[in-house]
Amino acid sequence: MTNTVNCNKCNPDSSPLLDVMSTDGLKQIAVLGMPNTGKSTFFNRLTGANASIGNWPGITVDLLAAKIKLGQQQTQVVDLPGIYDLRGFSEDEEVVRRFLESNPVHLVIIILNSTQLDRQISLALQVKHLGLPALLLLNMADEAPKFGVHIDVDQISQRLQMPAFQISAKYGQGFAQAKSLIAERLGLQSEPVLAGVVNRNLVSDEQFTAEMSDLIAHGFEVSTQFKNTLTTKLDRVLLHPVFGLPIFFGAMYLMFQVVYTIGKPLQDGLNQGVEWFKGAAVEPLLSFLPKFPHDLLIDGLYGGVGTVAAFIPVIWIFFICMAIVEDSGYLSRSAYLMDAFMERLGLDGRSFVMSLMGFGCNVPAIMGLRVMRSPALRLLSMLVIPFSLCSARLNVFIFMTTALFSASAAPAVLFSLYLFSFAAAILTAFIFKGKYPNQEPLVLELPPYRFPTIRQMLLRAWLETQHFLRFAWKFIILGVVAIWLCNNLPQNVEPASAGTISGMIGNFLQPVLAPVGISPKLSVALIFGFIAKEIVLGGLAVIYAVKEDTGLAGVIAKDIDWVQAYSFMLFTLLYVPCLSTVAVIKAESKSSKFALLAVVWSLGLAWAASFVFYQGARALGY
Amino acid sequence: MSLSELSALPLGTTASILGIRAESVLEQRLQALGFRAGREISIVRKAWLGGPLHIRIGTTEVIMRRRDARAIQVQPA
Repeated sequence: MTNTVNCNKCNPDSSPLLDVMSTDGLKQIAVLGMPNTGKSTFFNRLTGANASIGNWPGITVDLLAAKIKLGQQQTQVVDLPGIYDLRGFSEDEEVVRRFLESNPVHLVIIILNSTQLDRQISLALQVKHLGLPALLLLNMADEAPKFGVHIDVDQISQRLQMPAFQISAKYGQGFAQAKSLIAERLGLQSEPVLAGVVNRNLVSDEQFTAEMSDLIAHGFEVSTQFKNTLTTKLDRVLLHPVFGLPIFFGAMYLMFQVVYTIGKPLQDGLNQGVEWFKGAAVEPLLSFLPKFPHDLLIDGLYGGVGTVAAFIPVIWIFFICMAIVEDSGYLSRSAYLMDAFMERLGLDGRSFVMSLMGFGCNVPAIMGLRVMRSPALRLLSMLVIPFSLCSARLNVFIFMTTALFSASAAPAVLFSLYLFSFAAAILTAFIFKGKYPNQEPLVLELPPYRFPTIRQMLLRAWLETQHFLRFAWKFIILGVVAIWLCNNLPQNVEPASAGTISGMIGNFLQPVLAPVGISPKLSVALIFGFIAKEIVLGGLAVIYAVKEDTGLAGVIAKDIDWVQAYSFMLFTLLYVPCLSTVAVIKAESKSSKFALLAVVWSLGLAWAASFVFYQGARALGY
Repeated sequence: MSLSELSALPLGTTASILGIRAESVLEQRLQALGFRAGREISIVRKAWLGGPLHIRIGTTEVIMRRRDARAIQVQPA
């Protein structure tokens, strides 16, 4: 049970999250930059893989931070969200402002894109006006010559009164020098500085514009007319009015295949590992226990650990792929391709990508929403994605359609469930887009096409996996144990039978579930399904007291007719995908209330759809 | 639609920005992306079915919805 070791660090409600966040004797560095400048790449290169998520005074979102040694000094480096403007109105801009107003720092490292310095220099100028100790890194030095950009670093440095240096965070050029420069500056700054009230300390627009023009005139030069031929050529194909969309769907199909064809065997392998460890170590160790606590620990607690572990490979590979799709610049292009359709739903193309990925597994898809910076857009997408028919649900449907429908009807039945999945997603977006209106205009940069380094991909995957474990494991394991108890208490009756708590809940819910054709036995299966849809079949096997692979199909076919079965599948499709999805919705929205809304809405929709179908089919005489 | 609106600019032609009239959120975002009076701007492509515009300004390329682009007044070169 290695999972319990770090629990004092994992509770999102306790603050501060990490003990390393205590500031005694620590120098504080904040990394600031615009989006698409390689700021995170720099942060990752500087801190290695030992960054963790923590929370800070004055702000409500978590930030990535790491404790490292720079020169002789213990230093805490915080990665601030990428922003355009310190006076801006977006959530991220508010976060950065609040951070600088409430947390004194010894140094602000400003990361800007060399090729776009003519506009990005504004951020450095703002920091100068705030009087914060700062150091400017002009990143993507490797790209600047390709764009015909020449920068007079000394001029920039002089006029901004801060050291400036050109680097390539991605390939590491200039990185060692930059690091020693940072250590040196840090040594000079003994006391941390607070920004004061940001909006009050910035100068008037006229003065600001004048200073900026002066900076650009003296420090920035574009020698040739900009033509990034490779990107321009690629865009001509990838954003083509006719071929753009088919290529996009092809790319998404490929990514889907990669994630789930590689992820599945890994998941199975991990599962076998978990099972093997159970047989080899856990079972023998616990064999002295009486049956009930023995089963509770093994099927409940250890089963919960297995449930958490099962997501790791998929999340890992998913974010390797996300690193490629996002860092390459293709994700922003998907917004261009899909916007005409998605705008009507109150979403954008990036939500579409995540919803598609949700057809494999909802969990990483919901985590992936973090690339969108508008909170409303993220929340709305979080309500929509759980309706994507994931592979776990597909297993249940394949089993049941095979058991209850003829070979010729089964594919059509399965296809109709996909249609319901789309319809539920679209309906949800329509209903809730008024409640979560996206306030941020869609003005997205299309960066030149780039390929992320292996290092970038691995780090991304590692950090996201860590994030999932930190925030979701407790919720999932508790849930699995609770449901196990419902299925196995009281002890004197058969597990999952009518006498257990689950059975009683099933009976209690009959007035609600009978009108949609769901019998008490099937209700108990739905309770199993709360954990994960994979175990609905195993649950049914327990409930009907038969073997899953031999007798189950026949027994179910005898017990319920096709109308009931279809109603059950509809319900299974639409209600809460699984505990893990609820756990990530809660973690990503930082709101139990919102997670509850997602649960209640999906339950309500599941019931309504099953009701209309079941009563309609019966009324028609089926 | 007058010619001075960015969304009416034909593909591939260059214009210079006369001014931006937008609510503050959009205006600030545009400024940060380099949209300032006097700068040269062109529309690289327009998505079908009323989808967004692909715009180039200096070394920056962005996509923007057509109704947001109405905020940008231009003078065709």
